[in-house]
Amino acid sequence: MSDKEFNYYISGETGKWEVVIGLEVHAQVSSNAKLFSSSSTQFGSEPNSQVSLIDAAMPGMLPVINKFCVEQAVRTGLGLKAKINLLSVFDRKNYFYADLPQGYQISQFKHPIVGEGEVVLDMSYGTKKIGIERLHLEQDAGKSLHDQDPIKTFIDLNRSGVALMEIVSKPDLRSPEEVAEYIKKLRSIMRYLGTCDGNMEEGSLRADVNVSVRKIGSKDFGTRCEIKNVNSIKFMQQAIQYEAKRQVELLEEGKKIDQETRLFDTKKNETRQMRSKEDAHDYRYFPDPDLPPLKFDQSFVDEIKKKLPELPDDKKERLIKDYKLSNYEAGVLISDKDTSDYFEDVAKNSDVKLAINWVIGDLFAALNKIGKSIKETPISSKNLSKLIQLIKNNTISGRIAKDIFELMVNDHRDPKVIVEEKGLVQESNVGELEKIIEKVLKDNSDKVAEYKSGKDKLFGFFVGSVIKESKGKANPALVNDILKKKLS
Amino acid sequence: MTDLTKLTLVECIKHVKEKKCSATELVGAYVKRIEKSDKLNCFNTKDLENALSKAKKIDTNKKFDKALVGAPIAVKDLFCTKNLKTTASSKILSNFIPTYESTVTEKLWNEDAILIGKLNSDEFAMGSSNETSNFGNVLNPYRLNNENLVPGGSSGGCASATAADLTSATVGTDTGGSIRQPAAFTGIVGLKPTYGRCSRWGIVAFASSLDQAGPMTKDVKDAALMLDVISGYDEKDSTSAKKPKSAFLNSIKNNVKGLKVGVPKEYRVDNMPKEVDDLWQEGIKILKDNGAIIKDISLPHTKYALPTYYIIAPAEASSNLARYDGVRYGFRAEGKDLTEMYENTRSKGFGTEVKRRIMIGTYVLSSGYYDAYYLKAQKVRNLIKMDFDNAYKDVDVILTPTTPTPAFKFGKNTDDPIAMYLNDIFTVTANLAGLPAISLPIKYNKDGLPLALQLFGKSFDEQTLLNTAYSIEQQVNFKSQVKDWWM
Repeated sequence: MSDKEFNYYISGETGKWEVVIGLEVHAQVSSNAKLFSSSSTQFGSEPNSQVSLIDAAMPGMLPVINKFCVEQAVRTGLGLKAKINLLSVFDRKNYFYADLPQGYQISQFKHPIVGEGEVVLDMSYGTKKIGIERLHLEQDAGKSLHDQDPIKTFIDLNRSGVALMEIVSKPDLRSPEEVAEYIKKLRSIMRYLGTCDGNMEEGSLRADVNVSVRKIGSKDFGTRCEIKNVNSIKFMQQAIQYEAKRQVELLEEGKKIDQETRLFDTKKNETRQMRSKEDAHDYRYFPDPDLPPLKFDQSFVDEIKKKLPELPDDKKERLIKDYKLSNYEAGVLISDKDTSDYFEDVAKNSDVKLAINWVIGDLFAALNKIGKSIKETPISSKNLSKLIQLIKNNTISGRIAKDIFELMVNDHRDPKVIVEEKGLVQESNVGELEKIIEKVLKDNSDKVAEYKSGKDKLFGFFVGSVIKESKGKANPALVNDILKKKLS
Repeated sequence: MTDLTKLTLVECIKHVKEKKCSATELVGAYVKRIEKSDKLNCFNTKDLENALSKAKKIDTNKKFDKALVGAPIAVKDLFCTKNLKTTASSKILSNFIPTYESTVTEKLWNEDAILIGKLNSDEFAMGSSNETSNFGNVLNPYRLNNENLVPGGSSGGCASATAADLTSATVGTDTGGSIRQPAAFTGIVGLKPTYGRCSRWGIVAFASSLDQAGPMTKDVKDAALMLDVISGYDEKDSTSAKKPKSAFLNSIKNNVKGLKVGVPKEYRVDNMPKEVDDLWQEGIKILKDNGAIIKDISLPHTKYALPTYYIIAPAEASSNLARYDGVRYGFRAEGKDLTEMYENTRSKGFGTEVKRRIMIGTYVLSSGYYDAYYLKAQKVRNLIKMDFDNAYKDVDVILTPTTPTPAFKFGKNTDDPIAMYLNDIFTVTANLAGLPAISLPIKYNKDGLPLALQLFGKSFDEQTLLNTAYSIEQQVNFKSQVKDWWM
């Protein structure tokens, strides 16, 4: 499978350096209610319109675990082929901040709900397994709005208490490209599972990126820096590139890396120190006395397992097997559950080869152009399969199909209706075609002479002219046959 | 005519139900007395007019079927009460008006009890003498040679108000003895239920794994009635227990025949006054004379209870009190930036004892010290629980004094926190083990101060506790000797 070798190294003066990356991904749990309160989690609502007494940490308020969020975490754990811990503990992570109403975040420190698992990446140089260290549930904080007033900071607590899954990878990633693939794969798995919408623009998925470097061949890890809260794949990649280079330069100058927390400045495209190890918070973790340990039976896990949907890796294998797709084609389709579902709907009722070409080619291009996702596609899978059927049974030509497709993008209509309405049915009547061909040959008698004297290339010109004359309706295969006869 | 304020809670309700008095008359009698008792400083907030209008409504509706119909009840100012100021006796919450009602108080009002006010306490329930309140000392209605005494703490306002007939009964909270010790100091009954028996929802938290609401009443039957009303599972409190509906009052029995009573040798502490030791012996004799079987038992880890408590409680408190930051509600002292605002707010908003405990708690949870303090304390806590589990293989209840001394004078222990903490020496074990315990007044000492015994019960066996206390109560016939010197 590997057509390329892995080759992401930082070349320094003293040789090549390997970049070691581990990610702590914060994924918002898809749930209507928060982790410990019944407030809504709807994105984009009026500030402080989704805040319960618990979220605002009013005196005497107590958290009650949202069972659905627990199920979502277990579901995600199963999707990561991870160990599910039947007993886990919620801890308090204590620190003061204006948008942290309780003065502590409820998280899981020593005993997370999910243990070790893995994510398989499909790289150009082969598959690569990335270890998952753990997944735990925790609350999100609110938001400080510094730009609403020249002096004051405003607080929006809508996010306060929203359930997050923190998914911690092992330091198995070695390049920005692998990081991108890892995030995409993780997001895809969670979207298949319906446990996180993965919407990075809305902050549903963000990551802390741990970066260190070491000389090629070295077995020891270098001192790492943690780049906090990066919210796009592009920024993650840029941050890693910058940070790895910074570390290599420091080390080659004989300096040491300080273990510290850094921020990525997206405008300057650089990382800079946020706080040093000495300034690191002492979070004073301890088990939250308001919440008994979270316990459930294996049967609870088994029930969830039974209802697990097909996951990307399995789906890919099946698509290759059932539809004879290439590894690349299957890979493109499964990266998004909706896309692969769409493809299957189209392919089932039409033609696999045509379906894959239309979906990956024309449909992707069209969606890209109008800035819509496959979920919002103006062309339903039913209509696209109808269009392909029309090509398959020679009702329309491929060229006409492209025109019809354009129309469908605009008016969402059934291709059959468009074909009938516009009289675009392919001309396959030999008599009719001969008439057109004769007209074309007559109009271009000079070219006919040239062709006959050996200029074979002109054959294409005649085909094109006939199709044009027929307003695209002429069946190209038939035109070919007839032309050949007439010109011989 | 009967002085309605002298009636027990059970008698009050009977009066109203049997129409011997109207709810308005009953509440009116209390209002009159409360208005003449400001000197005791029991109330942080009074709600007398509303109380009277609620009483009138009950009289107008003529429905007297509820368990606490017409009973005027003031509650510790730690229970959040809808639209009525709830301060936890702290400056930091001095302007806080909840928009919600705690589960425990909601249950009281659902039974047609009538809120008459919020009672003073130690700040955030941290104290054993009510001297840490932001709103001043509460006076014990009992005095020593005309000198004022502390009512105990932290539920000092509850204790004095009940003893001085300013409330027909009350609910306090007990984290290390805050119901039982002040009950002992003022000659009333104080019951700390099993952890999880009553919902903590809507109670300003001190130490979540130890806090428990409970009744403070004029006698044992009143305590049983109150517990029937305030207990029960609450889905809003994940630590509350799913138990069938109780009928403590209806099941109460004056019978200790065959009851196995444990007497733990570890509670015989050095320098215990003779009067307290004698009291203990008297209690043993009463039970024995009535057919109980007395057994000497050992609770070997008792000596570690106080230090364990003073690690766990401050640790939880340091985190529970982090929400009082001046950002969303309560007192705020401005600063030039967020950090300075926090510092100013919390420096000025909290009193000395609260700050001391926040600092202790922060210290014992900090990295590098967690294992040596907090984790070790949790382990010892388990050992203390196991002591009780072992003891309860042989006995049904355990008898001890409630406090090592009777009520003391103001200022006696304020400069010596350790001496103050020693007040909780007999009471903290029940909180650490999550067990129910009751303090029962037995007699007066030679100075006329109430002395009390404490009974520990098995987990969720408040019934045996109440039965035993009721039997002793029938024998000792303790009567209030409060003289209305402040009026």
